[in-house]
Amino acid sequence: MRRNGPLALIFHTVFVIVMVAPILVVCLVAFTPEGFLSLPTNGFSLRWFRTIANYPEFIHAFWVSLGLGALSSLVALLFAVPAALAIARYRFRGRDALAALFLSPLMIPHVVLGIAFLRFFTSAGLGGSFAALIIAHVIIVFPFALRLTLAAATGMDLSVEMAAVSLGAGGWTLFRRVTLPLILPGVISGWALAFIQSFDDLTMTVFLAAPGTETLPVRMFLYIQDNIDPLVTSVSACVIAITMTALILLDRFYGLDRVLAGKGDTGR
Amino acid sequence: MSAVADTAPPGAADARIARAPWVLSAPALMLFVGVLLIPLAMTVMLSFHDWGQYKGIEPVFILKNWHEIATDPYYAEMFWRTFRIAILTTLLTALLGAPEAYILNRMSGRWKSFFLLVILGPLLISVVARTLGWALLFGGNNGLVNKLLMSAGLIRAPIPFMFTETGMVIALAHVMMPFMVLSVWAALQRLDPQIENAAMSLGAGPITTIRRIIMPQIMPGVLSGAIIVFSLSASAFATPAIIGGRRLKVAATLAYDEFLNTLNWPLGAAVATLLLVALVLIVVGSNALIERRYAEVFR
Repeated sequence: MRRNGPLALIFHTVFVIVMVAPILVVCLVAFTPEGFLSLPTNGFSLRWFRTIANYPEFIHAFWVSLGLGALSSLVALLFAVPAALAIARYRFRGRDALAALFLSPLMIPHVVLGIAFLRFFTSAGLGGSFAALIIAHVIIVFPFALRLTLAAATGMDLSVEMAAVSLGAGGWTLFRRVTLPLILPGVISGWALAFIQSFDDLTMTVFLAAPGTETLPVRMFLYIQDNIDPLVTSVSACVIAITMTALILLDRFYGLDRVLAGKGDTGR
Repeated sequence: MSAVADTAPPGAADARIARAPWVLSAPALMLFVGVLLIPLAMTVMLSFHDWGQYKGIEPVFILKNWHEIATDPYYAEMFWRTFRIAILTTLLTALLGAPEAYILNRMSGRWKSFFLLVILGPLLISVVARTLGWALLFGGNNGLVNKLLMSAGLIRAPIPFMFTETGMVIALAHVMMPFMVLSVWAALQRLDPQIENAAMSLGAGPITTIRRIIMPQIMPGVLSGAIIVFSLSASAFATPAIIGGRRLKVAATLAYDEFLNTLNWPLGAAVATLLLVALVLIVVGSNALIERRYAEVFR
């Protein structure tokens, strides 16, 4: 394999700088000691991080997002793990259609999903409730939970299960003691990826959230619509830090390219 | 998983095996029918309902909203803007993302995985935070981007980025770039490096090699990346809303306004339905074209 020429490396450097710049500038502005948007040229300050404490709506929104992400990803897995085993293990009529249906939330624009859920939950009398948010998020994170579980279940060595069966294990024991531990890395990574997707979703959630059930991205979006000040950069910096931590854990634990490789095919 | 665990007579076992996948996927299937297909059908139906400022939504079947979208040039302009922005974003990501994926693929092990993390990582970082970053970089006439371009002598007067389509395309291209790099990257993984070497040993220069050997082979990757980027850009909400402001509407932000500000739900549902149908037709159509054109790659 040949090396990259100087021109290619210049292109690469500019490309990486442009990719990182918007994220970096948010994190830098968050540390400004000034009362307005500016780069921290006169030293760093944590004043805008402390200011977050004076805005309980941001703190509340953070807990809503955290609970919503954790719960909806867990519920999605409860539905996705058996479905993934069915699709991975059996060849049956309607299998492709079933898989397409389960992955369809990736294809449907989130703005359409937001509208559909708003209409649906309002007529069901659940408009603006936390329960409605959970159900809606279960649907949008389901493909991610399914895909990573599916990858783990497809790559599994079936002879281990057969050995367990020959030793007398059946049904639930077989699943709990043999199958689940073997697919667990895929299941946990599926949970983590689903959590990030839920934690970051704005487009669908903005239709469903009411005061009291606003998630952090929704709260940030509504705030930015009115004005942009260093406060929202310090909140963003916290969100970026949380995602980066999850990202690095995911990379160490499972390999980011493997996690994301599935995402690249969403259009197919 | 109980496929191998059967001690019952063969006939009964067959029936159980045939039933097993449906039993396993039944909960998820019921969930999807109940809270995905039914709400979507309700939305399509909603687009045929009537609405008035004082009477609210009336469940009748009329074509008023569809007629309004078809005849009022405001909607034609808005949809044309939405698709224009999506097309430009797709071109920008393809022109920059494909070479970057190629360069990335030629790096050595450790650098490769580091830069892959740097470029793909933003995919998982909040779109609001990333767009906020662009709003800070653009920031009016003396934003950082303009200062940099002017001091480099590339432009003489500041370019307006905020509340313009130019700014929307740049910020959207940044948000969508990882999808393109990833898609081209996947195509590059299927490529045999020996073919490149063979071309060079036969006397092909670097440009000929890229044009005649690499390009045709990664084209399916570029195209499937383009489909993803296009459909996500055409339905993007956060970036157009923050960079475009309240006046420069695209389909998603207009539907949001109809639902949460004007409260004309039937009209908003019609806009959303049209967006969904247009995107499904474009995505399915171009997938079919690509697969026919590049049938040998997918075989």
